[in-house]
This record gives sequence, C-alpha cells and structure tokens, in this order.
Amino acid sequence: MTTTALAPARATTRPPTGGWALRDTAAMIGRSLRRSLRTPDTLIMGIALPVILMLLFVYVFGGAIQTGQAAYVDYVVPGIILLCAGYGAATTAVSVASDMTGGLMNRFRTLPVRPVAALTGHVVESVVRNAVSTALVVGVAYLAGFRPTAGLGEWLAVAGLVLLYVLALTWTAVCIGMVSSGPEAANGFTFAIMFLPYVSSAFVPPESMPRVLQVVATYQPVTPVTDTVRAWLTGAPGGQPLVALAWCAGLLVVARLTAAWLFRRRAAR
Amino acid sequence: MDDPMIEARALRKAFGSTSVLAGVDLAVPRGGVLGLLGPNGAGKTTTVEVLSTLLRPDGGTATVAGHDVVREPDRVREAISLTGQYAAVDELLTGRENLRLMARLAHLPRAAGRARGDELLELFDLVAAADRLVRTYSGGMRRRLDLALGLLTRPAVLFLDEPTTGLDPRSRSDLWAVIRDVVAGGATVLLTTQYLDEADALADRVAVLDHGRVIAQGTAAELKSGVGAAHVELRLADGRTERVATDASVPDVRRILADVELRRLPVDSWRVAVPTLDDVFLTLTGRPAEAAPADAATLLTREAS
Repeated sequence: MTTTALAPARATTRPPTGGWALRDTAAMIGRSLRRSLRTPDTLIMGIALPVILMLLFVYVFGGAIQTGQAAYVDYVVPGIILLCAGYGAATTAVSVASDMTGGLMNRFRTLPVRPVAALTGHVVESVVRNAVSTALVVGVAYLAGFRPTAGLGEWLAVAGLVLLYVLALTWTAVCIGMVSSGPEAANGFTFAIMFLPYVSSAFVPPESMPRVLQVVATYQPVTPVTDTVRAWLTGAPGGQPLVALAWCAGLLVVARLTAAWLFRRRAAR
Repeated sequence: MDDPMIEARALRKAFGSTSVLAGVDLAVPRGGVLGLLGPNGAGKTTTVEVLSTLLRPDGGTATVAGHDVVREPDRVREAISLTGQYAAVDELLTGRENLRLMARLAHLPRAAGRARGDELLELFDLVAAADRLVRTYSGGMRRRLDLALGLLTRPAVLFLDEPTTGLDPRSRSDLWAVIRDVVAGGATVLLTTQYLDEADALADRVAVLDHGRVIAQGTAAELKSGVGAAHVELRLADGRTERVATDASVPDVRRILADVELRRLPVDSWRVAVPTLDDVFLTLTGRPAEAAPADAATLLTREAS
C-alpha cells in the first residue's frame, strides 16, 4: 500500500500556459490573503495605525496647525490615506523577503508556474488591505467632522489615483523585499516610506517649512498626490493631477520592471 | 549505465572568482539512490541546484529524466522534486493548506489533489497536525511536510539536500523511514549529506565530493573498508595514543581491555571509534574534512578508572 502511494507516476502533461497563469495567480492571491488574516497583529496595526494617527493629528496637533482651510480634518485626511498606503506597502516588503529567504521561492520555481505569480499575490493582498484601511480612515474621519464636497466622479478619480499610488509603493516594496537580507532588514523600509509624508504637504503646508525642506517637499511624490486628492475631495486649490499621475505611473513602471529584473537575476545566478 | 535518470558530466560552476564545482561527474540509474557526501562548502547544494534547474551551470552538461537541465528546464521540473536544507513550507498556512496550494500550483485536478494531499498526510504521520499552522510544527514535522509537498506529483526523481541536518535523533530516524518508503516506491534519489551513517543507511552508492570534485565513488561498505575498521583508541598517561583494531563487538572490546589490564598499561582514557566522514576524508585527501561534525565520531567514551 505504502509502495503504491509513493511510487512515481508519469508526470502530468504540461498544461497550456494562458488560462493556468490566471489560475496560478488566483491561487497565490488566495495564499497571500490567508497569510494576511493569520497575522492579526500586523493586520490590526496596519489598519488601526492610520486611524490613530489621524485622530492624533486632528485632535492633538490640528489645533495648532494653520492650513488656510476651515477644518484641519479636511486638510489632513488625504495625507493620512497616503500614509497608510506607505505603511501597507512596507508589510509587503517583509512578506516578499520572508518568501525569498526561506526555501519557498525555490519550491515555486521548480513548479510549472511563473513564480512571479507569488509576487502578484502579495501585491493584490496589499491593495485589498489598503482598501480596507482607507475605507476605515474615511469613515472615522467622517465621524470626526470630515465633510468632503466631492461628487461620484471625483471619488472615482481619488480611488484611481490612490490605487495607482498603492501599486507603485507596493511594487517598490517588492523590490526592497527581494534585495533585503531578510524580513527584519525589509522591515526597516517601514521607516523610510513612513517618513516621506511628513516632509510633504500631507500634514502641514510646505510654506511653513524651512527653505531646504520646502524643496524636498515639492520634488517628491507625496506632495502632488496629496494636493490632488485634497483638491478632488474638498475643492482645495493646488491640485496637480498630471504631476501626481506622472509620479505614480513612473514609479510603478520602474518598480515593476526592476522587480522582474531582480527576479530573473536571482533565477539566473 | 543503461538508463541513467540523473547524469552529470564535467559540471562547472563558479560564483565570482570562487570555483564551487570543478568538473562534477555523476550518474544515478533508474530507481537508484546516490548519496553525495561531503563537508560544508564541498559543492553539494550547488550540484543539487544545478540538477534541479535552479542554477545554470558555467560548463558541462546534465540530464535529468532524459532532459537537459539547461535546454529543457520545464521538462526536468515536471519530473523532479527538491527538498532543500530549509523546509520550503508556508509558515502561516496549515499543513493541509500547504498541500492544497502546492497541488493547485502543480495543476493537479482539484479532487485528485485533495485526495493525494490527505493520503500524504496519512503516510507522513501528519493527520493530527494537518489543520494547525506550520509555524507551530517541530523541525521534524516541517521536514516531513516538506517532503510530502515534493511528493504530491509523484516525481520520478527526488533531490534531498541534507534532509536531516539539524534534526534530533528521533526525527532523523522517522525521516529515514519515510525516505526508505519513497525509495521502495521506485523513485530515483540523489541525497546529499554530511554524515556517513546517513549515506550508509539510505544510499546504495556513495560519491564523495571535495572542493567541487567527486574524489571517490562506491558503496558505503567499499568506502569504509578503504578507511579501515573501527578501533579502540587508548590515550596513555605519557600522552601517547595507541590504536587497536576491533570489530566493535562487546566480546572483542572486552578482550582488548582485558589485554590492556594484563599489560598494566597506564591508560588515561579510551574510546571505541568507528569510521566517520572525517576518516574517509583523511584517507582520501590526506587532510581532515574541515566542517565535519566531531560528535558523531564516538561510539562510546569512557574514563578509565
């Protein structure tokens, strides 16, 4: 009996790639979502932290920050949404790094599967997680007095831009995860990416910063994306949709290509 | 060899300026089990990675299940499974979920994949733990799950890279039993190990790898006979060491010790030493195996009174 169960059999015939590639990706997405639910501490932190930060900014610092807008909550919500996207992306770097350092990626590579599907799984998981935390931030913000003036079209535009931003950051995180020596090193990425929104128009108007930081704030992606989301949501001035789109699309393309290149380079050692 | 399932000719691989494989020749017939024995850094894992299509060789050729590893990696991948030194399992999934995921990725039909997974859980004694997260598994359970994942598709060729390194003795013998079952099923196996006793227990032929080259091949018995028999090692009070050949049986050891007593030799300590990888290396290369474990050397050690 034992002998039959362990006996080698003819290899399954190699299936056509097209349909299977989709099903493989679906399997990997299922895996990543399941993993996400299995680390409730990370999940809760990732979802609750943006809410906590928003409440902190609205109720603790907000009173002291002059933005030229009526309510600080209206000013800060776009920044918080982008901040939580950064946090969510950092989690992906850790997942990718642990796949690469364990033997799991090698196992995927010996299967008749395009192993890049594993990366796609992590990216889709990040998008889903960010959608949940963004919805939560917007909901809690509403309770805190956030009153966007956006119509359906503007909301859809915001969703599209934030999605693009999340994809760009997540693919960047995938690259970081692949070059890191391990999950702990990848975790360091959290700080770099969490720091970006602070030196931008996310929480305070850049005009209030010293000259050097104003330059940094102007020429980094968070400022145009924040300004654009803010303009669409609340009608505030300063939206630069083309600059924001160019940043996100550019970063996404570069990160996606780099990820593929890093992956091939690892495979072709 | 008529029908080699694994064949490597003059395989070379270097990382930067460090040559890891310096012309490896190997052949394993269908249903054979080759033990690739060598210390850390000898090139065992690199050999396995080249043969399992994970690494591209710099020179030489290799075929697995009749397909060239460089030109037809997909064909090779269909025929093999690799169990590496680090269990390739998803810590955040349960054992059963790991099996289902791999079955899906291996494109097994859904029902057949599930049935096969359940069958393997049974065979590998993992039924009770099947629905627990792998994170909670012991080292031995992880390796068993790892091997089970590799066997989902009933591969014709199995690569086992140091399958028991780091396991406690009981998990080790459990895993040996499972590997023996797999071998009895007719799979062709290439097994790497640092332990002569492991090669002895599982392989029908052993190849000794040193600095990226096969320096000896034969059955475990042939290799050991080249090294010499077990011996009683006597450490004398004046610092000298004396060795007396033995078959390591109780009567023989007793005879030797009785003789020691009769001659009133001033013995500080003594032990029965059996041939080890160290000894194989010493004999074959004239120098000790650098990273071989020392603890396996001693069958028993006693302080002389």
